[in-house]
Amino acid sequence: MFRTILLTIALSLSMNANSADLAAFQDFGETPGLVKVVDDLMVNLLANEKTRPFFEKVDHTAVKQKLVEQFCAQLEGPCIYTGQTMKRAHKGHEIDAAQFNALVEALQDSMNKNKIPQRAQNKLLAKLASMHKDIINK
Amino acid sequence: MKIIALMALSIILPTSVNALETSGKLLLTGGVTQIEGSGGGGLTPWALIGGYGTKDEIGANAFYTNVTTTDFRLESFGALVGLFDRAEISLAKQTFDTRDVGAILGLRYGFRFRQDIFGLKIKVIGDAVLDQDSWLPQIAIGAQYKKNHNGNIVRLLGATDEKGLDLYLSATKVFLNQSILANVTVRRTRANQLGILGFGGDKNNGYKLQVESSLAYLLLRNLAVGLEFRTKPDNLSTLNEENWSDIFVAWAPTKNVSITAAYTLLGNIAIRDNQEGLYTSLQVGF
Repeated sequence: MFRTILLTIALSLSMNANSADLAAFQDFGETPGLVKVVDDLMVNLLANEKTRPFFEKVDHTAVKQKLVEQFCAQLEGPCIYTGQTMKRAHKGHEIDAAQFNALVEALQDSMNKNKIPQRAQNKLLAKLASMHKDIINK
Repeated sequence: MKIIALMALSIILPTSVNALETSGKLLLTGGVTQIEGSGGGGLTPWALIGGYGTKDEIGANAFYTNVTTTDFRLESFGALVGLFDRAEISLAKQTFDTRDVGAILGLRYGFRFRQDIFGLKIKVIGDAVLDQDSWLPQIAIGAQYKKNHNGNIVRLLGATDEKGLDLYLSATKVFLNQSILANVTVRRTRANQLGILGFGGDKNNGYKLQVESSLAYLLLRNLAVGLEFRTKPDNLSTLNEENWSDIFVAWAPTKNVSITAAYTLLGNIAIRDNQEGLYTSLQVGF
């Protein structure tokens, strides 16, 4: 009996946690919303001279697909990121803090354009910021 | 006049500094300029290095701040330079208009105290914004050397010195997930009302530790609202001094301009109780 109660509490807690975590993913409009954000992000990245050199020669469709997957996973949506680790993906590119921040700004512009609520934006930015040590290597 | 000069600077700056790599930091992450000229909130220095320079860049700001309370007016203007997101050098000049109280204190109506503040801040560890996977805040140590121009008068009012050195330790952290910025600063000081009424006094003459804290909510990437609280020494037996607090809104339409407005509660200042009023500040830079 006691174990059943504990199990029920544990289950309901984990369900609450899941539904709370999904809120940010839903604020982005789930996967279709993320596709739009990433499409606009790529446009911004190619328009900015600080980020363009890193993106102009890559396969845009492939990179965008991996970014959607990664953002979806970071927002705790139903996705598994299948791309390279951040450290490996950025190895050999000399990326400084200003270029990393330029990417963050490109993403902020894209999220604003798609009217993503600020709290949901900050949840994604917090996850991305934690990766700075694997990305900024100059 | 100062405001017009600052406005002109803000128009010239973006074009003239484009040749160099500058302003690589994210919006608002250099803070604004606090009342004593250091990068921070309105009343309190933060651990952030002022300006928008990353670890490969230099940043700089000029500021003008006006605080008009029930009986007084404090103006502060100056500039800071941020070096490679590691060190900050600042200069501020303050003018404190005593209006009616000047006459009552036997000086004259509208007597003005003047003070200069030289600041230095060094970041010790951490990145308040980027280190989102760690609890560690950004920590900085700093100094503000203050020199009052009215030595004879502050001594007449009970202060023992016309200059003083404030030392502080600041810890600042942005909790992006919660859209919150938190700061705590511990300051060792014996300044009376920032130093405007001199340093040390008959009631207490030694350096004491004070605590200053700020809490801000990041409404948008360019807009923050928040609260600040700053404890103060109380060194003079004739002129009481009380803790300060404010609520503020800071808006940075671009990296070259920010505007801060606050409502301040400054307690008793030089024989007048319940000093409160509007704080406005304009900052331009890169």
